[in-house]
Amino acid sequence: MSGFADYAKLDATALRDAVVSKRTTAAAVVEAALARIAALDPRLCAFSSVLAESARERAKELDFALARGEPAGALCGVPFALKSNMCLEGVEAHCGSKILAGYRPPYTAPFVQRLLDEGAIVVGTTHMDEFAMGSSGENSAYAVAKNPWDPARTPGGSSSGSCAAVAARMVTFSLGSDTGGSVRQPAALCGIVGFKPTYGRVTRYGLVAFGSSLDQVSPFTRSCRDMELVMSVISGADEHDSTCLPHPPIDPDRSDSVRGLRLGVPKEYFAGGLDADVRARVEAAIQQLVALGATTVPIELPHTEYAIPTYYVVATAEASSNLARYDGIRYGVRKPGDGSLQGMIAATREAGFGPEVKRRILLGTYVLSSGYYDAWYVRALKVRRLIRNDFDAAFERVDLIVCPTSPTAAFELGEKSDDPVAMYLSDVMTVPTSLAGLPAVSVPCGKVSQGGKALPVGLQIIGPSLADARVLRAARVFETATKHQSELYALDLSALEGAAR
Amino acid sequence: MTQTEVDIVKKTATLARLELGEAEIAKFGEQFGRILEAFQKLSKLDVSGVEPMTGATALSDVLRDDRAKPSLERERALSNGPKHDGEYFIVPKTIGGDA
Amino acid sequence: MSQTAIPTSGPTPQGVGVVSKKTGVRWVPVIGLEVHCQLKTETKLFCSCRYEFGASPNTRVCPVCTAQPGALPVLNREALALAVRVAVALGANVAPRTKFDRKNYFYCDLPKGYQISQFDQPFCTGGGLTLPSGKRVRLTRIHLEEDAGKAIHDRGDTTLVDLNRAGVPLIESVTEADMQTSDEAYEYLTSLKEILQYAGASDCDMEKGSLRCDVNVSVRPEGEPWRTKVELKNLNSFKNVKDAIEHEIERQIEAYESGDKSKFPVQETRLYDATTQTTRTMRSKEDAHDYRYFPEPDLVPFHVEPAFVELQRTMLPELADARRARYQRDFGLSAYDAGVLTGSRALADFFEMVVKLSGNAKETANWITNGVLANLSDPTIAAKTVDELPFRPHDLAELVQLVTDRTIHNNVGRTVLRAMFETGKSARQIVKEQGLEQVSDEGQLEKWCREALVGKDKVIADVKAGKTKAVAALMGPVMKASKGSANPQLVQEILLRIIQTEM
Ligand SMILES: [Mg+2]
Ligand SMILES: [Zn+2]
Repeated sequence: MSGFADYAKLDATALRDAVVSKRTTAAAVVEAALARIAALDPRLCAFSSVLAESARERAKELDFALARGEPAGALCGVPFALKSNMCLEGVEAHCGSKILAGYRPPYTAPFVQRLLDEGAIVVGTTHMDEFAMGSSGENSAYAVAKNPWDPARTPGGSSSGSCAAVAARMVTFSLGSDTGGSVRQPAALCGIVGFKPTYGRVTRYGLVAFGSSLDQVSPFTRSCRDMELVMSVISGADEHDSTCLPHPPIDPDRSDSVRGLRLGVPKEYFAGGLDADVRARVEAAIQQLVALGATTVPIELPHTEYAIPTYYVVATAEASSNLARYDGIRYGVRKPGDGSLQGMIAATREAGFGPEVKRRILLGTYVLSSGYYDAWYVRALKVRRLIRNDFDAAFERVDLIVCPTSPTAAFELGEKSDDPVAMYLSDVMTVPTSLAGLPAVSVPCGKVSQGGKALPVGLQIIGPSLADARVLRAARVFETATKHQSELYALDLSALEGAAR
Repeated sequence: MTQTEVDIVKKTATLARLELGEAEIAKFGEQFGRILEAFQKLSKLDVSGVEPMTGATALSDVLRDDRAKPSLERERALSNGPKHDGEYFIVPKTIGGDA
Repeated sequence: MSQTAIPTSGPTPQGVGVVSKKTGVRWVPVIGLEVHCQLKTETKLFCSCRYEFGASPNTRVCPVCTAQPGALPVLNREALALAVRVAVALGANVAPRTKFDRKNYFYCDLPKGYQISQFDQPFCTGGGLTLPSGKRVRLTRIHLEEDAGKAIHDRGDTTLVDLNRAGVPLIESVTEADMQTSDEAYEYLTSLKEILQYAGASDCDMEKGSLRCDVNVSVRPEGEPWRTKVELKNLNSFKNVKDAIEHEIERQIEAYESGDKSKFPVQETRLYDATTQTTRTMRSKEDAHDYRYFPEPDLVPFHVEPAFVELQRTMLPELADARRARYQRDFGLSAYDAGVLTGSRALADFFEMVVKLSGNAKETANWITNGVLANLSDPTIAAKTVDELPFRPHDLAELVQLVTDRTIHNNVGRTVLRAMFETGKSARQIVKEQGLEQVSDEGQLEKWCREALVGKDKVIADVKAGKTKAVAALMGPVMKASKGSANPQLVQEILLRIIQTEM
C-alpha cells in the first residue's frame, strides 16, 4: 500500500484531521512514516527500533474503528516515536546502554498508554545518550543520531534521536525526557518545538530514572498547537507516581495574544559564552514579541552561575543511586567477574556502563559519601533553593521569562565529546529551570549561518510553576506571527536519502 | 592529577561497584579534579539559614489505599533475568549479607 | 548500622552482673535490641502486591518490588496507620513530619540497590515498655522501612533469589542500652511481641520472619565507662537471643580477663550459630558500609496530624497488661489464669466473647485454660490456634451453660468439647445426638444404684457405721453403668437413702 503523499507537510493536528475526515487512512500515514524512516534514517540514525508490524496492525484497527463510526481519539492515526528510556511492554528499552541490551519492560508507562488510547501510533524507539547523560547523543552505546540540518553536527541531547526523528519529519511528534535540558536544547538545535512541563505535570512512572527530582517526560512537536495537544493527553494525575501533581491535564490556553504580558529578560543569560549570532536572533525574537504587544522587563537571576555545579551534584547523586539497580541480577547483561556476587556486580557494571555514566556515578557517589555529604550534596540542595528563590522573586514582577535555549547553534560531533566540563556548560541556559522545576519551552526563532550551513536557533520561554498553558500560548503566538516553523518544511532532506550510515 | 584524586576515585569506585582499570582510574582522576575545581564556586556561596530543596514539588502526604492488585506472572517477572530456573533468579553463591 | 545510643557511663543497679571467679571483678553487661517487625497490611509498603508467607517464589512481585527501570514507590496508608498505632501503644512521640531516605548498598536480595528507610526523621522517637519485673526499657526510635527479598544459600553451588518478601513493610524499633541480662532481653521481646500482636500491627512470628532481632552487647567492670559493643545477628528464636547474649557476655569477659589486648572485643558484627551455640565474626567495623543515606526523591514528605494519631489511639484495643488486671479484679481469676488467657489477643478476645454469652467468667476461664487449650495442643486435633477453632464463641458458651446448669456432668462436658473439636457441631447438638444429657430420673437412678450395691457389703457396713464418705467407692460403677450421664448428687443421695433405710 502506498503512503500518504502530504505526510511530511502536516503537523499532528492537521494529520489527525486528514485521517478522521478520511482524506487519507491511518494505514497510509503509517506507510508514509515507514517509507520516510527507510529513506532518511540510515543517514540520521534516529531510530533504535522500528515497530513496522505493530504500527501497521494498529493503523488497520484504527481505520476499521473509523469506518464503523467510532469516535476518533485526539491523536488518531498520528505516528510518534519514544525515547528508548520509556517503557512499552515487550519493546526493548535499552536506554542507550549496553547494560540494558535486550531489556523488554514487563509494563507500559501510563503516559505512553494515554497516547495509544488517543489513537497515536508508535512506530519506533530512538537513540539517546546513555541513561540520558549527555548533551549531544554521542554517549549512546548503539548509534549517534545526526542533525538533519547538517549531519556532521549534533542534534543535541540527550533526546537526540527523538528530536532528529521529528526534525526530519519521519514522525510527527515524539517523546523525549528533559532532566537538565535534554529536550529543549535539541529542539533548539534542530529547529522544532520542545517543552519541559512543570515538574510533576507528567507521571514519571515508566520513564527510566536519571535524576528523580529533575526528570520530566517532554515532547517534541513540529508546532506549538501540537505541543498543546500532546500535553493535554499525557499530563495529569497518576496514582503510580508520588511526585505527580493531582492537577487535571494541561488545557490549551484560549487566548491568541501576548498583549500585556510582561517578559523578563535575565541579564545573566545574555552574558559571555553566548554566541553573537544566536544572541542577535533571540533579541530579534524578543522584539517581535514586543511588537505583538508584550512588554519587557530587565531582571536578575543572580544565582545562575551556580546552576551548573548545583545541577551536576544533585543529578549525579540521584543517578548514582538510581543506577544501582543495574547489577546483572534481574535484567540486562551479566558479566561473571571473579565468580563472587560482588565481583559479578562490579564486572557487570564495569562492562555495561559507558565512560560518561561511570563518571557521573562516581561523582554522585562521591558527593553522597560520608565526609563529603554536607559539603557537596546538602550545600547543593541549599543553592538549589536559592536558584528557585531567584525565579520566584522574578515572577513577582513578570509573567514569563525569555532567553536563549542554548548558548550556541548545533556544534560538530566530536567537538566536545572528550571534555566533560565543556559539555556540561552547554546546558547552562536550561539547567536552572530544571532545578527550579519550572515549565519552559524552546521554540524556533530563526537561523544562523555557520560553516556554510544554516542552523536553527531556539527561543526559550520560561513560566512560573503550573503556568504551562501560558508558556505554550506565548510560544504559539510567536510561532504564528513569525512563521519560523515553515523553515522546517523548507528544509530539503533529499540529499540525505538512501545514504548509508 | 594528584594521588588524592586517584585515591578518591578508587575508593568511590569500590563503593559504587565499578571495577575500573588503571587507565580509567587515571583518566577519571584527572577529570574528577577538573570537575571538582570547576564546582568549587559552590563552597564560596553563603548558604547559612537556607532550607535545602530536596524535591521539585510542594506535594506532601501522597498515600495509596492498602488494596491488592494482581502481581506479575512469574514468567514475565523472570523473563529479563540473565540467569533463572523458572522459579528463582540465580546468582553466584554468596553468604551473609546485610540488613 | 547500629543506632543504639551507648553513653559513656551510667549508673549500675545494685547487684547486677557477673562476678568473675578468677578476678572477683563484677562485670556488668550492657544490652540493646534492634527489632524488625512486619506490619500486618494486605499489600507491601510501596506497591500493591499481596505478600503471603510460603507463596511460590517470585509470584508476589511487580515492576515496583522487582525494581524494574522506571517503576516508582507510593506509600501504603495502612502501613503508616499501623506504625503510628504501635507508636501510641509504646507511648512514643509521633513526629509531626516524617520523610523517607535511601540506604544504598549492593546485595542480591535488594533489587533497587537501595532500601527505602528512614534516617534522620523517623516517624517516631522515645517511648518504651515496662517489663513484668518492673524494669523500664526505653526506645530510642522506631522507623518504617521496606524488607529485602530472600536469598537462599543452601541449594547447591548457587544462591537463589526470591523477591516475594521484597517491599514488605517493617518497623524497626531500637532500644536504649537499658538491659543488663539475657532474661531482660527475653522479657522485652515477649512484651514487645505481646503489644504488637494486641495492637493488631504484627504477627511477630519469628518462624515466618515477621519478627527479627539483632542484639548489641558489651560488658564493663562495675563503675567503669562503657566498652566496645558487638552486634549479634542471625537470632532465629527468643531462646536463641537469650543464649547468644549469655555466650557473648561470657566471651567478652573472658577476652578482657585474658589481659591480652589483641583478644579484646572489637566493634564488629557476629553471627550466632544455634547448633554450636557460639558466635563468629561476620564483618568488622573496617568494612562497615558507607550507606550514603539521602532523602528519597521519589516520595514526598508526610505530615502526621494529631487527629490521625488520636484516631489510631482509638483503634488500639485494651492491651494485655490492662486485661490481666481487669480479669483478676472483675472476674476474680488467678494471676496465672489471667496470664494464660491473655497469651494472645485472639485468645483473650475469644475468652471475653464467651464470657459475655455464658455469663460465667470463672467457669469459662476453666473451660478455656483446661479444655480448649489442651485440645489445641493435641497433635491429633486439626486446629492449632484460636483462630482455627471449628466452633464459635457461642458454642463454647452453650457448653459452659450446659455444665453449670447440670444438664451434663463435667466429665461429659469434656467429651462434648472433644466432639466439638472433631465435628464442629454445637454442644447442644452433640449432647442430644449422643444422649449425654444428665439423667435425674429417680427410677432409673435407683435401678443403677441397686445394681451397684450388689456384693458391696464392706461399703454398706462402713456407711451404716457413719462413714458416709464410703459411698464414693460406688459412684464409679454407677457412672459407668450410666455412661457418665447420671446426676452424681442425686446418685449419692439415693445410695445413702437405700443403705440407711433399707439395709
Ligand atoms: Mg533496618
Ligand atoms: Zn510489588
